[in-house]
Amino acid sequence: MAGMTDVLLPETPEEAVSAYGDGAGVTVVAGGTIVMPEINAGRLRPTKTILLARAGLAGVSREEGKVTIGATSPLEALVDLAAPVGPCAANVGDIEIRTQATLGGNLCAGEGLGAPRGDLQGALLAVGAHVRSAGAGGETTEPLEDFLAHRRDRLVLDVSYDDPEAGAFVSLDRPHTHEYTVLAVSAARLADDSVRLAATGAGSWGVRLPSAEAAADDPESAGAAALRDVSPHDDALASAWYRSQVLPVLVRRALTQLQENG
Amino acid sequence: MKLTVNGRAHEVESAPLTPLLAVLREELTITSPKAGCQQGGCGACTVLVDGKPVRSCLLPVAAVDGSEVTTLEGLGTPERLAPVQAAFYEQYGSQCGFCTPGVLMATHALLERTPRPSRDEIEAALAGHVCRCTGYVKILASVEAAANNGSAS
Repeated sequence: MAGMTDVLLPETPEEAVSAYGDGAGVTVVAGGTIVMPEINAGRLRPTKTILLARAGLAGVSREEGKVTIGATSPLEALVDLAAPVGPCAANVGDIEIRTQATLGGNLCAGEGLGAPRGDLQGALLAVGAHVRSAGAGGETTEPLEDFLAHRRDRLVLDVSYDDPEAGAFVSLDRPHTHEYTVLAVSAARLADDSVRLAATGAGSWGVRLPSAEAAADDPESAGAAALRDVSPHDDALASAWYRSQVLPVLVRRALTQLQENG
Repeated sequence: MKLTVNGRAHEVESAPLTPLLAVLREELTITSPKAGCQQGGCGACTVLVDGKPVRSCLLPVAAVDGSEVTTLEGLGTPERLAPVQAAFYEQYGSQCGFCTPGVLMATHALLERTPRPSRDEIEAALAGHVCRCTGYVKILASVEAAANNGSAS
């Protein structure tokens, strides 16, 4: 089943970074929820695999209002974090999947099986998270927006953000836990009183909604403005038309909830 | 690689990326975990690894080298059913039985962390388990019965 492949099990973050190198030809397996179905079905035949199970990259810490989440922290470890991150994590899969699936995998996911993946991309965009990662050119720490564009070539080490003053997460209900989220909107009010909004499911990966942010004082018009920030797509879960109808509603609800949450 | 399954130590020779499910079923002939969808979506392969419910089809065995695995075979025997097994038996919580091992392991884990779960907590804990026979009503009743039996004993 596995075929001929080098399988490395680094025991420290340094060993993981060294094993990853520039990432060329490397398959990274953390929780396995994204990669293992591909391997099981024979669609992916890795030549060099890094298992991060023991790399020492898990753990959630909070220091002076700054939250730092290790790359291999399971999503179940995030569900009690403040909105939007906690409720977003709780909305992924089911308890077994959340026990296995990791933050790093969620950030690196996307454009698979014709459905949007990577729910936390939206929530972490909303709180202005930064990603520390390794790969070609060495270690970098950059805003999540920048990271997402080249996420396939990086090894996530951790993600950090300042706890927002208030947060909100709204999502279309899933018909079943096995479904990916069709569309979700995260909102956060930061310490400088600015409001950030981001969506998951309105494009290939999580996107910020700057036009909606600019109109954040008026949830109704912010909802309409959000359509200027996205290019919704058809996939197995929903049509672009449907997403366009729903996005303004979710933006309005997220902003209303944000106002209610302080 | 080493695995302790239901209290018994095993040396494992499968390739490192072999899913734990295949190691259990094909190398160790422990067959209660079922190969359903094999992509994490049906719950039939659910086992406990170090006490937590996980999908064994999604776990490369090398990632759990040295871990303690519990399958349904480790909960009870036909002569001495575990409380969750007895409750499902008494409440007709199983029909064809294919999903039952996974449902029982998830239920066992739920009752370990929440001995008296609410209906919502039960539904959340079993949300990832597909059953095509029972319509779920008798499964939910079985879990509630198991919780009540547990508190009475």
